[in-house]
Amino acid sequence: METTWQRSSAALWDPAVLRPACWQAVLMLHPRRMLRNPVMLIAELGAVVTTLATVQATGAPDCGYYAGVSLWLWLTVWFANLSEAVAEARGAAQAAALRAARTDVMARRVTGEPALVSASTLLKGDRVRVESGEIIAADGTVVEGVASVDESAITGESAPVIREAGGDRSAVTGGTRVTSDWLVVEVTAARGESFLDRMIAMVEGAQRQKTPNEVALTLVLAGFTLAFLLVCVTLRPLAGWFGAGLAVPTLVALLVCLIPTTIGGLLAAIGIAGIARLSARNVIARSGRAVEAAGDVDVLLLDKTGTITLGNRQASEFIAAPGVTELELATAAQLSSLADETAEGRSIVVLAKERYGLRAPDLGPSGATFIEFSARTRMSGVDLAGRSIRKGALDAVEAELGELGGQLPDALREAVDRVARSGGTPLVVADGARALGVIHLKDIVKGGIRERFTELRRMGIKTVMITGDNPKTAAAIAAEAGVDDFLAEATPEAKLALIREYQAAGHLVAMTGDGTNDAPALAQADVAVAMISGTQAAKEAGNMVDLDSNPTKLIDVVSVGKQMLMTRGALTTFSIANDVAKYFAIIPAVFVAALPQLQALNIMRLATPQSAILSAVIFNALVIPALIPVALRGVAYRPVGAAELLRRNLLVFGLGGLAVPFIGIKAIDLLLVWAHLA
Amino acid sequence: MSMVVPGAVLILAVGLSWPLGWYLRWALDPPPGCAWRERWEQRLAPGDEETWPRYGLALLVFNAVMLGAVVVLLACQQWLPLNPDGKGPLTASLVFHTAVSFVTNTNLQHYSGEVMLSYLSQLALQWLQFVSAATGLAALTAIARALAGRQTVGCFRRDLLRATVLVLLPLALLLAAPLAWQGVPMTWQGAVEARTLEGVTQTIARGPVAAFVAIKQLGPNGGGFFGPNSCHPFENPTWLSNVLSCLAIVLLAMASTWMFGRITGRPRHATALFAVMLAFMLAKVGVATATEAPPTRALAGLNATVGPNLEGKELRFGAAAGPTWAAVTTATSNGSVNCMHDSLNPLTGLVPLTGMWLNMVFGGVGVGMINLVVYIVTAAFLAGMMVGRTPEYLGRKVETREMQLAIGVLLLHPALILLPAALFCATPLGRATVANPGSHGLTEIVYEFTSAAANNGSGFEGLGDNTLPWNVATGLVMLLARYLPILLPLAMAGSLGQKRLVAETAGTFRTDTLTFGLLLAATILIIGALLFLPVAVLGPVAEHLAR
Repeated sequence: METTWQRSSAALWDPAVLRPACWQAVLMLHPRRMLRNPVMLIAELGAVVTTLATVQATGAPDCGYYAGVSLWLWLTVWFANLSEAVAEARGAAQAAALRAARTDVMARRVTGEPALVSASTLLKGDRVRVESGEIIAADGTVVEGVASVDESAITGESAPVIREAGGDRSAVTGGTRVTSDWLVVEVTAARGESFLDRMIAMVEGAQRQKTPNEVALTLVLAGFTLAFLLVCVTLRPLAGWFGAGLAVPTLVALLVCLIPTTIGGLLAAIGIAGIARLSARNVIARSGRAVEAAGDVDVLLLDKTGTITLGNRQASEFIAAPGVTELELATAAQLSSLADETAEGRSIVVLAKERYGLRAPDLGPSGATFIEFSARTRMSGVDLAGRSIRKGALDAVEAELGELGGQLPDALREAVDRVARSGGTPLVVADGARALGVIHLKDIVKGGIRERFTELRRMGIKTVMITGDNPKTAAAIAAEAGVDDFLAEATPEAKLALIREYQAAGHLVAMTGDGTNDAPALAQADVAVAMISGTQAAKEAGNMVDLDSNPTKLIDVVSVGKQMLMTRGALTTFSIANDVAKYFAIIPAVFVAALPQLQALNIMRLATPQSAILSAVIFNALVIPALIPVALRGVAYRPVGAAELLRRNLLVFGLGGLAVPFIGIKAIDLLLVWAHLA
Repeated sequence: MSMVVPGAVLILAVGLSWPLGWYLRWALDPPPGCAWRERWEQRLAPGDEETWPRYGLALLVFNAVMLGAVVVLLACQQWLPLNPDGKGPLTASLVFHTAVSFVTNTNLQHYSGEVMLSYLSQLALQWLQFVSAATGLAALTAIARALAGRQTVGCFRRDLLRATVLVLLPLALLLAAPLAWQGVPMTWQGAVEARTLEGVTQTIARGPVAAFVAIKQLGPNGGGFFGPNSCHPFENPTWLSNVLSCLAIVLLAMASTWMFGRITGRPRHATALFAVMLAFMLAKVGVATATEAPPTRALAGLNATVGPNLEGKELRFGAAAGPTWAAVTTATSNGSVNCMHDSLNPLTGLVPLTGMWLNMVFGGVGVGMINLVVYIVTAAFLAGMMVGRTPEYLGRKVETREMQLAIGVLLLHPALILLPAALFCATPLGRATVANPGSHGLTEIVYEFTSAAANNGSGFEGLGDNTLPWNVATGLVMLLARYLPILLPLAMAGSLGQKRLVAETAGTFRTDTLTFGLLLAATILIIGALLFLPVAVLGPVAEHLAR
């Protein structure tokens, strides 16, 4: 996902995004719009008041100074709006790319009055027929037919997938293309409310609601604003004690510099950008709340297959029973797997060919009957010319042998045990009542996954591997992959119980899932990422959807959630720490006429009272656009423990926030003097 | 030599606070199982365990009743017994102000005890000094229980009984005895007539002073039996009584911190908090003694005096004892004085002001720790975001409701100081009562409201404050500043305690580390500095820079 990521940040100052955003930021000055953000509302009111004071003072010697303050106060508000507009525009650009797939789609409606209609007129419950080469007009369920569908428009995955009526593969998404055969699809969501529409709306910020932490922070910022309002309002009578008159624009300048405009201005952009950063990684969050919860997650439930190990187990060894040659075993194993289209089955055929040069015989007309794997027998195999070859789990094959009067040799039992302990899956092969041997299916742990788990542990996140394997196998793979815990022989109920158990102990649990039977666990988990390839039930139960269907992304999701909160915290700290320097700039400037001794506090040696106040206001305004990139990209996040993160952020944004404005204000003051503006 | 007094006081206080904290826990929040004690407590203070709203209500009702009773007693003192010197009636506003001042543990005094109050009135105030301190301890106990996640936060009546009988009474006895031995009077007889060497007749006031002084310091109430408070030789006669008093001022507040740690089950967290508060305390005492070392500002440049500023000080204690006391008495919410704060050098005067603006350096008994909890929650909110998690405190999530209440308390304090101070500065209400012009006069007004809002009670003096506007304004400020900062944090703790406990992992920031201590200190300093810097500059700083 690194490439998408870089592409989006390179486009930060793209004129195509920036130009409309500039105007949008002006429109956003409307007071009703500003009500959502109390800090900036006060700043805007301040700008209005100083503008009025400027008009009143027309012709007076201070008019130029008043006008300068007014201008920069307006710019402060405009910069804040600009950050939000840019964030929204970038989100919209992302959505436009998704939406491009959905323009001008015609649908062949087969219900009601059959006709070729525009996709936008389709209603829930309508059925449409989609032929090869056509685009599916809306989200729906396949009710007839089997076809391969190219879902690259939403997943980026170029290989077509099979979609068919009934079962787990019946969900289709609007905007995807049928590449062979045909389907009849029942529309499950009218246009404008389909899954993709909701996702697009989300990215655009149209349905954006403040997340719980954002509400709390807005409240805290409003509290600080109120406090500084109090300070500034009481300053006038207190100054009156010394007979010092305090010009309104000066007082407003002090107020706007003190209230946390930096974080107040960037708060909305941070939230929008957080969600956009997720979508840049092809994960769509249903709400900002879910993204935020991702930052709090401390237990990850990861499916073994596909996340920790490569999707499929591979045959790596044939272990023959006493009195059976390996060749005989390999031949039987290959025969039993010829019709087995699973990855495991194919790997057995391949191994037999590689090791023993066995070519797959053509069994077409010879009357062979293939026995498919079923959950009841838990075996598969072939009946061929009086032989009945079966392969399956130990207990299933043993039961079959017992029925036929055979027996499992002890040596084989030991081999099974050895394979299981090493993390492999043993498949026992039998020919009638005679046990031939064991196939060792091996799980391949993904490269680099162990290091990621180490990182997660340092972040304080516990990883739990979920697998249907027996405990021995699971323990071996868990040890190899370096997960903290595992749940073996997992059933949907066991998963649900495990999630509840962790939650009861105060943990926040994240998981991924795709099947219908994952839905209860997905609904119970605090952060649930459903795969776009999964069933509708799973997608509805999750609060995020991964367009790449890549379970490893859970880890990215957690980082993005944390980054969003950290960015808010860091900029809040920065904003408040800035106030110290602003005090040193403004307080002596305000009172030096009445109390000349306060010149001693002008430690920055700013030229005149007016240049000091103007410099503080300009710095306060400019710091917003300067920090827009930080707000949109998020502060750098490294997977380390909380103590380390806190230390680093305090150092950068706390101490930095104290020091930077001293330098910035002084520099602006020098510039103003040089340009004879003050 | 000059650092002997501050050194001795602080070392003794820190050393003694630890075992006392252990005792406080045993006294106020006993582990269940002691049958005879439970039987006795149920008999003396029957009642069920309460949820936090009921506990808060019981606290309010009790305080309201006490306030009403003392108002009646003070208003009728001229007709009541125990009035050997025949003290006359008090004005209505002074009755209101005095009763409020003592029920809120402030002890701001707009009267002189030996001149205006009967012994019965003094006794009534002494009673309030006990129960107001007990109220603070009970409130902290309830908040700590809520933060520990208990469903009920205790029974107010029972906690009040425990705090009074098991903690305050025995400690007051322990302190009163050596004070009486050092020469503090303890008698029911009226004033004595003495004929001086010059042949003039002098009336020397006395009374049950030792008992009064003991609880005044422990409370930490601060209201003196005599007008000049602990400058008066009958309240604070010797070097030893001075050290003991100073120790008593800070002891219970320090011990409250340890109690908090024990009830919440976080002794290491309490250690971090204690360290932060102690650092503030050391800084204050250090700055105060240092800025008091040069001669008085009033004579600066005149080549008339050398050595430390001795103006307004009791020479029997030396120059360092005054500023030490000033720092300690305003860091805690005591407010008794052993030198005239008005005469401190301007920058030294900033130390007591800062103490009361922050109001958490050990603070009042119980309530100081409560104020600190509000700062901690705010710091935890910032820290939580900075490590990328929903902020949490003691394993519970800090969300909108908690921040609403915390910010409410943080805002209330500057509002109760700045708004009335601005009003009194801009109008004759204040202008007419101030004895000094310029920055010093401004400081006198700001100090008075700061002292009221911090429930401190020390006076900067130089202010004609026994007027109707001053009595009513500071009275109202004291009431609001006492009960809201108890009830809002109680609600906050109640709301936090109801939440699910979040598991601690390496991703949780710890609240018992140096980093957290520094963050907490910075939060306190920055919030305090940002709110009060303008008045500090206009008052003491401008006065300091003036010459």
